[in-house]
Amino acid sequence: MNQLNHALSLEEKPRKIIRFNRRQSTLITILSGLALLTAIIAASFLMSDEAIKTHFEARNLSPSWQHFFGTDWLGRDMFTRTVKGLSLSIGIGLLASTVSVIVALILGMAAATLGKTVDTLISWLVDVFMGLPHLVALILIAFALGSGAKGVIIGVACTHWPNLTRIIRAEVLQLRTSQFVQVSRHMGKSRIWIAVQHLLPHLLPQFFVGLVLLFPHAILHEASITFLGFGLSPHQPAIGVILSESMNYLSVGMWWLAFFPGLSLLVVVRVFDMVGDNLRLMFDPHSAHE
Amino acid sequence: MVNKSLFKFIVNKFLRMIILLTTLCALTFSLVSHSPIDPVQAYIGADMMKVSHAQREKIEEYWGLNQPPIERFERWGKNLLHGDLGNSMIFRRPVIQVIGERFWASIVLMGLAWVISGLLGFIMGIVSGMQRGKWLGRLIKWYCLTLASTPTFWLGLVLLIVFSVWLKWLPIGLGVPAGVLSADVTLGDRITHLILPAMTLSIVGVANIALHTRQKMIDVMASDYILFARARGESGLQLLFRHGLRNVALPAITLQFASFSELFGGAVLAEQVFSYPGLGQATVQAGLRGDLPLLLGLVLFSAVFVFFGNLTADLIYRVVDPRLKEAGDTV
Repeated sequence: MNQLNHALSLEEKPRKIIRFNRRQSTLITILSGLALLTAIIAASFLMSDEAIKTHFEARNLSPSWQHFFGTDWLGRDMFTRTVKGLSLSIGIGLLASTVSVIVALILGMAAATLGKTVDTLISWLVDVFMGLPHLVALILIAFALGSGAKGVIIGVACTHWPNLTRIIRAEVLQLRTSQFVQVSRHMGKSRIWIAVQHLLPHLLPQFFVGLVLLFPHAILHEASITFLGFGLSPHQPAIGVILSESMNYLSVGMWWLAFFPGLSLLVVVRVFDMVGDNLRLMFDPHSAHE
Repeated sequence: MVNKSLFKFIVNKFLRMIILLTTLCALTFSLVSHSPIDPVQAYIGADMMKVSHAQREKIEEYWGLNQPPIERFERWGKNLLHGDLGNSMIFRRPVIQVIGERFWASIVLMGLAWVISGLLGFIMGIVSGMQRGKWLGRLIKWYCLTLASTPTFWLGLVLLIVFSVWLKWLPIGLGVPAGVLSADVTLGDRITHLILPAMTLSIVGVANIALHTRQKMIDVMASDYILFARARGESGLQLLFRHGLRNVALPAITLQFASFSELFGGAVLAEQVFSYPGLGQATVQAGLRGDLPLLLGLVLFSAVFVFFGNLTADLIYRVVDPRLKEAGDTV
């Protein structure tokens, strides 16, 4: 009996290993990535603020089971601070990339359809923005709006569109020469009708992939600019703030203050990047059938 | 003939730069002059309570802050044409001097990182392109993608923890040792203070160029002439040196020149982490403490810096790539 069971289980084994095809594994990557991100946001709402209040009895603890990421010089739990900081970063990233993608979509389509003057103007604007190092542009905007959360959010939201605008412009220019658009035009359809009916559907995949792929940049820039000291106040749990505070305590050996929060940021950014890349693989007709 | 069109190309580019810089000046100036940050308060800081109203007005008059923005812009623009960028408020010296001095510290740092990351990235890209699908190729790709998501300043902090705090091999920060007269600073001191920031920038800079080169290498390896070369019995390094290298080198070099913008951004972060006295740190200081003339000067400088990177990239493409020459001079 035992032997039989053994034989059965042996026989069943190969069946248990499910082999996914490329599309399925891509989907799984995307879904698990999204699940992780949702979990972070949910966790940050569920976690009470109790853990990030000052606890003098639990100061400067190194990582343990009770405090995964250790505690800082005020006894605040670094794990909670990190999760809350990440969810703030994700929020700002989401806002920034949505704004950027919409701006890019409008400007890109306008540049390619509304005639030469508009095209020159928009290309010019793209050149101006790309002629300045991104971080310098962010500092400039944060400065102009007065340091504070507003400056950071608007700065990050308003500086990520140029690249995507270029891509969308090129795409629309190519679409415009295609036969179905030419036919529509000769049948007397208006520019707006063509834009909405013919161009937009082709641009939607670009739109979503662009949205996700802008995320990592937006989050990294948000963290950088907060790290430099523009924007969010020291009480807000942002990754950039945590890391810049930790700099004062590194020389006394409190490595966990910087190591774990930064690593978590890296993981989140990487996950977004992976989700975006996989989405692109799925949407792109050249690679969708591989 | 070729020279003439090249000359036209360069003149054209410079004209574009001048217009671009003018737009940038106007845009920056209008942005900055609407800032709610009060330069007087930012300059004085916590002692603001001790400054009376009359004193304040005097400071404003001294800096010319009491005039309307348009007039200030006119004056600034006129001085700019004469090569005068005004005086930095926090350093109390002409902006040109501050930038010039810090330029050298920064250019050494950025140049070093640029060369190292370029070479390393190029080699990594080629290896991973040729070993595509094998573990080494995959490892390099995975490593580069992860690096691309790494916050520069965090990497700097990690290096700081490892090399300065744990191993105590290298100093914690600053461009020179603290408490030493500037005349006594040796070249060795400067170098030890340069290693960590340069390392941070090089490690981060590798990702982009390696991934790009990898893609190019894969394209090249799939081409007909490589197939033919393989059929003749060439393989390995010989194949790479005879057929692959030249085709991959050009895009890599141009990409590296076109990456000045990211290099500058990375330098800002690395300099801040290590308190390295370069242009990036000055930019952050100027922004945080409301030093308008310095900030404007640095914005202009960084734009010119990026422009020259892009110009060099374009020029290399035009001069070196025979395909573009044949296509005629459509710019």
